[in-house]
Amino acid sequence: MDVLLLSRLQFALTIMFHYLFPPLTIGMGVALVYLEAMYLRSGAAIYRTAGRFWTRVFALNFAIGVATGIVMEFQFGTNWAAYSRFVGDVFGSALAAEGIFAFFLESGFLAVLVFGWDRVGPRLHFFATVMVALGSIFSSIWIVVANSWQQTPAGHHIVQLTRAGEPYLRAEITSFWQLVFNPSTVHRLVHVWIGSFIVGAFFIMSISAWYLLKRRHEEFARRSFTGALLLGTVASLAAAVSGHFQSRNVYRHQPAKLAALEAHFRTGRGDLLLFGIPNEAQGRVAAGVAIPGGLSFLVHDDFTTPVLGLDRFRPEHRPPVLVPFVSYRLMVGFGVGFIALTLAASFLRWRGRLFARRRLLWVFVVAVGPAMAANQLGWVAAEVGRQPWVVQPPIVRGPDGEPVLDADGYVRHGTVAVSLPGGGTRDVIAGLTTADGVSESVTAGQVLASIALFGAIYLLLGALWLFVLNRKIQHGPDEAVAPARRGSLGEAAGTLLDHRGGLAEGGRP
Amino acid sequence: MTLNTIWFVLLAVLLAGYAVLDGFDLGVGMLHPLARDDRERRLFLNSIGPLWDGNEVWLVTFGGALFAMFPEAYATILSGFYLAFVLLLFALIFRAVSIEFRGKVEAPGWQRAWDRAFFGSSLGATFLFGVAVGNGVRGVPLDERGVFVGRFLDLLGPYQLLVGLLTVSLFALHGAIYLYLKTEGRVQDRLGPWMWHAWGTFTALYMLVTIYTLMDVPEAAANFRRYPWAATAVVLNVLGIAYLPRALYLRHYGRAFAASSFTIVALVFLFAMALYPNVLTASNDPALSLTIYGAASSRTTLRIGLLIAGIGMPFVLAYTGVVYWTFRGKVRLDESSY
Repeated sequence: MDVLLLSRLQFALTIMFHYLFPPLTIGMGVALVYLEAMYLRSGAAIYRTAGRFWTRVFALNFAIGVATGIVMEFQFGTNWAAYSRFVGDVFGSALAAEGIFAFFLESGFLAVLVFGWDRVGPRLHFFATVMVALGSIFSSIWIVVANSWQQTPAGHHIVQLTRAGEPYLRAEITSFWQLVFNPSTVHRLVHVWIGSFIVGAFFIMSISAWYLLKRRHEEFARRSFTGALLLGTVASLAAAVSGHFQSRNVYRHQPAKLAALEAHFRTGRGDLLLFGIPNEAQGRVAAGVAIPGGLSFLVHDDFTTPVLGLDRFRPEHRPPVLVPFVSYRLMVGFGVGFIALTLAASFLRWRGRLFARRRLLWVFVVAVGPAMAANQLGWVAAEVGRQPWVVQPPIVRGPDGEPVLDADGYVRHGTVAVSLPGGGTRDVIAGLTTADGVSESVTAGQVLASIALFGAIYLLLGALWLFVLNRKIQHGPDEAVAPARRGSLGEAAGTLLDHRGGLAEGGRP
Repeated sequence: MTLNTIWFVLLAVLLAGYAVLDGFDLGVGMLHPLARDDRERRLFLNSIGPLWDGNEVWLVTFGGALFAMFPEAYATILSGFYLAFVLLLFALIFRAVSIEFRGKVEAPGWQRAWDRAFFGSSLGATFLFGVAVGNGVRGVPLDERGVFVGRFLDLLGPYQLLVGLLTVSLFALHGAIYLYLKTEGRVQDRLGPWMWHAWGTFTALYMLVTIYTLMDVPEAAANFRRYPWAATAVVLNVLGIAYLPRALYLRHYGRAFAASSFTIVALVFLFAMALYPNVLTASNDPALSLTIYGAASSRTTLRIGLLIAGIGMPFVLAYTGVVYWTFRGKVRLDESSY
């Protein structure tokens, strides 16, 4: 195994594990703000109880998000040193902005949110909650800006520098705002937020549905479920709309990626595959079930206009198909499922019959799994679909907006002229491949050791997270005011015994 | 002052901020075995409970700023010290989760395991930071492209290990004074002698490292000949260290904490003076060093970064102030504590 493959595996492992948590934090942050705002407005103790409970769960997710996030910050340098040298001038600014604008805000006010219940007034506590939620959203902005720049670079130029006589290339900023608002930032950011809201909503619904099924904390669970269902329904519907526009934007700027997502091998009318087994070697799809012209319609609003296929890209510039195709299809499939599920539940909730549907509640208990999976799969599709590039080169387009083809009939990428040490110049594609981004001084053995270390610790962390989360759920919210309706006879007896003990003590002289 | 020098200074400020703030909470972690029962262990943990996470953000921001402003140095340092950084990240992850998980289950075995993880990871992280600084002072072998060409074991020479121990003793001292300020009664009485032990160890190691540096890495002192005014920092540093026992003796613990903070800032300053104008010194050939010019981003980026820092830092200081003010005074255990 080589350093490149191992480093990619390590990046996939660490980012995917990390990314289980930030969407939860973003989604739950919104729910916490809502609960505290309701408490401030109505003063009803149930909102405070609910706020405290969800804050405890939030803090647990946040802690693991932070612990695994530090790895990401430094991993660019440890495993992707050549990439860091190439992008640092551009990418680093976004990362530094994330630290200064987002992380300090989040971590500072998180202290007040988690530990400040008895130390600050409800207004300041509400303010801290808003700041934590904003901090997690700011953080997503900067990291998505940085990632989107790699997908659709803008606001930079590529320059040649020399060190000790050795020429090398790097990207340098020309316009900060063009970098921030590069062609895909807004589409991708909106989609990431919506995905986070879906996860946050399904996470809350999962735990609430479980309480309802177990007839525990029912008043609390009904309110939490209803609020989260509203968020989940709106977000699921919005995801479809945002996904559609994002895909069109991918076609505009990264047609090879869209072709991989749709297993569209040959340029021509695009059929929308509902199912199929792509065969990359032969460039065709086996057992395909497709809507004829469906892809053309989604991309061009017209069933016949040709869609650029993978055959227009040089073989060495084609992304792998199977992984993006499958993960994209699963993500979309889950998304459609969320729409059906939330709409059905919303209808039943409106008719007042939802909480009697035990089987549907069980579906909600487990649906948080697909919700988290959909977020992961979306990123897998986006990142693997960008290969072999880590920084995508631009596509040369003619005056009609169509890609310009070279002599061999392949799409032309933008280039930069590099002057050679012996004199003369050579045109180099204005992007960076993942293979060229890997650290020069790191050996496969070292990366293997770090993968083993991270793999072990993340396995342990994942298990502990589930274990502690389960305990928090079993413990449940503190029943401050809600009518104490104990779940089991044993607990009820326990309460009675405590009471007797108290009486007996009181009776002792 | 050029933009590059300004950024070198700002990185030193971020590093000093990190060392002063996370220094005391790493110190608390290393002193954690001094707590005798569960209540005391929780007091130790909760003295830094609301603060450690924000303190660590200084490191994250330092990393982000190094990446943005001196990407060549960021790439070389992190990939060159690969295993050391992986171990450091490992320690930081364990530290974060041991703080978070310890109080979640009321079982002695569970809590003992996390107590050990908290102690071990605090000690390990502090030691590795020190080793990294030691390597920074000595420099590492680089090639023409600025890529690290040494071996992992070269990074663990006696000098680097000694600087690692120096850092451990310094943060233990800093943490002990902090804990003394945050506790009362019997726990506090027990901490008294430890402040003295830590001070004694630190002072001895400080002298040893100073002599070792002057003999073994004379280039590290070259800047003091070029910028004689910098010698005042050395004098102030020595005065700060000498003032500590006086403050402890007179029971001016707030001032003692100020003095240990000042000592940390002064040492970061000395470290920066040993490097300047390099961000990473090449030990094999000075001409190959990554300087604040050769390793830097473009002027545009340095200027944008300055703007971001100028807008962001006042806010950062404001929230830090709010949080420290909210959790001022002696540690109290309540329902939301760890």
